[in-house]
Amino acid sequence: MRITEQQVSYVADLANLRLSEQEVARMARDLDGILSHMEKLNEVDTSGVEPMAQVLYEAGETATLREDVPGATLDNAAALANAPLSGAGQFKVPKIIER
Amino acid sequence: MEISKLTIGRIQAGLREKKFSAAELAAEALGFARDENSKTNAYLTFCEERAMAAARQVDEKLARGQEPGALAGVPLAVKDVISTRGVRTTCGSKLLARYIPPYDATAVERLEAAGAVVLGKANCDEFAMGSSNENSAFGPVKNPVALDRVPGGSSGGSAAVVAQGTAVAALGSDTGGSIRQPASFCGVVGVTPTYGRVSRYGLVAFGSSLDHIGPLARNVSDAAAVLQVMAGRDGRDATSAFAPVPDYAAALKEPVRGLKIGLPREYFEGLTSDTGRQIEKGIELLRGQGCEFVEVSLPNTEYAIACYYIICTAEASSNLARFDGVRYTTRSSAAQTMADMYRMTRGEGFGAECKRRIMLGTYVLSHGYYDAYYLKAQKVRALIARDFQRAFEGVDALVAPVSPFPAFKLGEKLDDPIQMYLSDIYTITGSLAGIPCMSVPCGATGAGLPVGMQILARHFDGRGRFRGGGALERALVGA
Repeated sequence: MRITEQQVSYVADLANLRLSEQEVARMARDLDGILSHMEKLNEVDTSGVEPMAQVLYEAGETATLREDVPGATLDNAAALANAPLSGAGQFKVPKIIER
Repeated sequence: MEISKLTIGRIQAGLREKKFSAAELAAEALGFARDENSKTNAYLTFCEERAMAAARQVDEKLARGQEPGALAGVPLAVKDVISTRGVRTTCGSKLLARYIPPYDATAVERLEAAGAVVLGKANCDEFAMGSSNENSAFGPVKNPVALDRVPGGSSGGSAAVVAQGTAVAALGSDTGGSIRQPASFCGVVGVTPTYGRVSRYGLVAFGSSLDHIGPLARNVSDAAAVLQVMAGRDGRDATSAFAPVPDYAAALKEPVRGLKIGLPREYFEGLTSDTGRQIEKGIELLRGQGCEFVEVSLPNTEYAIACYYIICTAEASSNLARFDGVRYTTRSSAAQTMADMYRMTRGEGFGAECKRRIMLGTYVLSHGYYDAYYLKAQKVRALIARDFQRAFEGVDALVAPVSPFPAFKLGEKLDDPIQMYLSDIYTITGSLAGIPCMSVPCGATGAGLPVGMQILARHFDGRGRFRGGGALERALVGA
């Protein structure tokens, strides 16, 4: 096994994802299978190859930066409209600091 | 008027000749779509008010003698990962079951400015992650061609409404084949533009370096007309391209005599016999139109699946972090602390495939694995892009199957993520390279299941792609 249930729980923690015990077991199996397929990439010689983070093509213009001019943004009510809990113009969350 | 047979051209003519008004057409299309939807579950939401308002605007323009726009009165569906102001946009996820975007995607804004009538939102795999539309929290979509089969994914609803005739065209999104594969499974045209050609503003992000918006339609010229309206630079998407947009409709009519087309050897190995036979027939038809074929090689094809599923899950794990129970999503009611609120909201809200991809993406980006997986995949991606560059030195376009097999049965691959991922083998390479591609219907298997032929071209050579697509369609109609 490349990946243990303990590792799954660790990664789930990093991802802020609560998984049930059954999900952890299933996830370990699935990730193990998928990662073993991914090891196929080790066959490829990539020495001297630059990593490709974005689609690259010949481009005449590169003026992707716009003028810095103020414009309209979402108003407070619109920004809060989809929040499960809000009040006083803010998103509300469970208490973080105990007094 | 028979809604399911309408094309953009016929609608324009009908409006001009006053055979029907845009409002009549919209009302009838909405009624028909609602009636038919129980068969396929392809629509998640109808937006009647918005559709009727858009249609009335077209009628008013026509009454005043104004130009109503290139898509005047055309009933469209929009995949539910594309934002529509005031209209629920679920992304196929329980988490966003009540989410109402406060703005429109640029693509939708441009369609409506051209007179299009958005009927509703099309079902899809949760956050566009899937190849069968079985990962929607609101139930799978059934393939209108064979109701016991999947429509493909992730734009399964978009392909199904077009095939079913409950919309004239639809918007989909494509990250690794999510427009082309369902188009091929449902027997419609699906276009993935060059990366950056259509603004992604308002498309809920999955894999940002791979995401595209594109049209699905019943014929190539309708797809071209929809793309024409959406394409072009948008200041709200920094990756949107400046390159001038060609006249796609003109490209469709160009003769293809002498067009040099490459057949990538790697795409023809392991084809099921029925699919292979149909593609061979399509190649013969194009040859009959004067296209010349040469064999080419894309040697890194076999690494595409592994490369893609590392990059897209890495990007997804970071893009999906925003769904945390604070701003847009539902929130777990059981959580007492902040940390539990995040974890329980996400644990209860995401479906199995999203969880798998978030986990995989987080793993490949985590300390100690970054170089081995993520960086390695980015290097292999460069090699796959280079394969295409080399192939296009000798040919104008490439032709290949879209999928190794036709639409499979509902549930057939659901428990085997690797088998599901492997069904994207022929579409993922074009996505990784960011080149323009399309799926054109190319006959059917013995069992009557549609087969799609894929046409791939150089960056921003949408003209070349449509030239080939138009020729194949003409040949098939003539055949």
